[in-house]
Amino acid sequence: MFESFSIVLFLEAAIRLAVPLAVVALGESITERSGVLNIGIEGSIIAGALCGALAAMEWSSILLGMVFGAIGGGLVAMVFAIFVLGLNSDQIITGTATTLAGLGFTGVIYQARFGTTGSVITLPVLKSLEVPFLRDIPILGPIFFQQSITVYFVYFLVPALWYFLFKTSWGLELRSVGEDPAVAEEAGIRVLFVRFLAILFGGLSAGLAGAHLALDSGTFIENMSGGRGFIAIAVVVLGRWNPVPIVGAAMFFGAASALQFLLQSSGSNLPFPFFLMLPYVLTLIALSGWFGRTKAPGSLALPWPPKSG
Amino acid sequence: MTNRDSWIALAVSLSALLLTALLTAAALALGGYSPLVVLQSLLEGSFGSLDIFFGVTLVRAIPLVVIGLAVTVAFKSGVWNIGAEGQFYAGSMAGVWVGLSVGDYPSFFSVPLVFLSAAAAGAIWALLPALMKIRLGVGEVVTTILMNFVAIHLVSYVVRWPLQESRGVFPNTDLIDESVRLPIIIPGTGLHLGFVVAVICVVGLSIFFNNTGMGFQLRAMGGSKEATRVSGRARIPMLLIVTFLLSGSLAGLAGGIEITGRTFALYEGMSPGWGYTAIAVALLADLNFIAVLVTGIFFGALEGGAGAMQREAGIPAAWVSGIEALVLLSVLASDRILRRLLRSKKKYDVKERELDV
Repeated sequence: MFESFSIVLFLEAAIRLAVPLAVVALGESITERSGVLNIGIEGSIIAGALCGALAAMEWSSILLGMVFGAIGGGLVAMVFAIFVLGLNSDQIITGTATTLAGLGFTGVIYQARFGTTGSVITLPVLKSLEVPFLRDIPILGPIFFQQSITVYFVYFLVPALWYFLFKTSWGLELRSVGEDPAVAEEAGIRVLFVRFLAILFGGLSAGLAGAHLALDSGTFIENMSGGRGFIAIAVVVLGRWNPVPIVGAAMFFGAASALQFLLQSSGSNLPFPFFLMLPYVLTLIALSGWFGRTKAPGSLALPWPPKSG
Repeated sequence: MTNRDSWIALAVSLSALLLTALLTAAALALGGYSPLVVLQSLLEGSFGSLDIFFGVTLVRAIPLVVIGLAVTVAFKSGVWNIGAEGQFYAGSMAGVWVGLSVGDYPSFFSVPLVFLSAAAAGAIWALLPALMKIRLGVGEVVTTILMNFVAIHLVSYVVRWPLQESRGVFPNTDLIDESVRLPIIIPGTGLHLGFVVAVICVVGLSIFFNNTGMGFQLRAMGGSKEATRVSGRARIPMLLIVTFLLSGSLAGLAGGIEITGRTFALYEGMSPGWGYTAIAVALLADLNFIAVLVTGIFFGALEGGAGAMQREAGIPAAWVSGIEALVLLSVLASDRILRRLLRSKKKYDVKERELDV
């Protein structure tokens, strides 16, 4: 009895930790499907966290916090898009820059507003919404149906994105831009416009995930994005640019963190860093093709239009 | 590099700095600060006196210069090593491990041994992404990022289990013995021998890249892989291995220098993201080794002056990371815009980047 109880707690925690990652990774997978590798989404997450926190505090509203968080993340992604699409700058360098800019300027704004001593801000906290009837299913109920609203959003987003990617003509256009922009352009698709929308979607998702982080913990802390932007890039690879496996991969990373907290709080002397390391090692193994071929979109991270000379 | 190219490079870097200064001043004014007061306190905190310059700015610059060199080596050769952070930590782990066990030996033996093992560990950390790129065609951007996280979690294990300090309370290692620490080269300041090591690396790499056949081949590979392949001058896989190992060993060496010169112990978060800041250091220097020394000191002054800026002008130290990001964006913008105006060949073009991830 006790055993199954703690497994439920563990899985519930794993989902809780996986959700922001899943949202970021789902957004990033759409960006990458268009052939753009945005390693600057860390900047979008932290901007989303700060904007979300400020809006939620201003209007005491979770919903407005989420909305403004997404907008904040989208704005940072727009800076990335201006450089990458407008100036055709290198995606990797620009992504590094927007990450540094996001972390730096959120720190600046936070310290300007709340002082350098780190006064704690208190926000309305995300409550878990329980789904009637479904929550009463033994074991599964508490794990899947007593979660925050973001979790239900992911339940919605996964089939929606899958349908969009593989069953609509827009999804086909997006994928063709990512595979071979030259062919897509021949077919009359506006490559840069598609990429712009894909980057924007990635930024909005990352911003939403950032707002979730702030509202879930009820406060904003500098650097609270904690490298999730980079982790999400690994999640996308492990999930093979496909919504369903991406959520599975995010769960796996979430479970590793949940295990760490469980081990530390139970005073166990098992070396938890290895559990945290495991998902990255497995992603490396996945990349080396041990689980079958992992194929990225053909034009990922390449400039468009191609550079001459 | 022709004369015209180097003039354009200098113009790009200078206009990037000007753009950064303008943007920063505008942002500061918007935030209600006086840009002049900020500049003054930043300058005083980094160049205000010889003590401050040697003890704060130059000490801060050492890891930035050496890791900046690691990034420069990679980018110059067309390798996107985003993993300097992890390679730095690999070097720090090896460095502190060896450093803790060689306290009984004379310094002329123990210190070089620490440097060697740190460099070797950094190289090993870069080897896996290199092999995955060459053997499996997996792009290095994602693999080097993944290796960063593996290193960070490995540090967290090392400082809590095998190398935890002897009382077993805090997550850091014991201090290395006095005999393994780098001597101070300017008495009364914290400036240690690591600065000389950094300068030697700058000069050595500059000579290697500009005056040797291998250096030429690496630069050619960075220019265009197809060009190297067609000319039949080089074997790409071997050049890639050389690039990864050289870049990784430099970042690892920076870890060894920090351990023996400044921290004397290993702890989590030892690097405040130097692996990423170093990308800005390398690009502002237009991937020129000598210029990396200058831009490394510039970033060292920014980070060193940040403390004084916060104490004296009440400007949050977080501004500095914002300014660093503005530097990077300004370099990208002015590179594009200036070169477009001057219709010169663009610099950061990577035509053949095979990013199979």
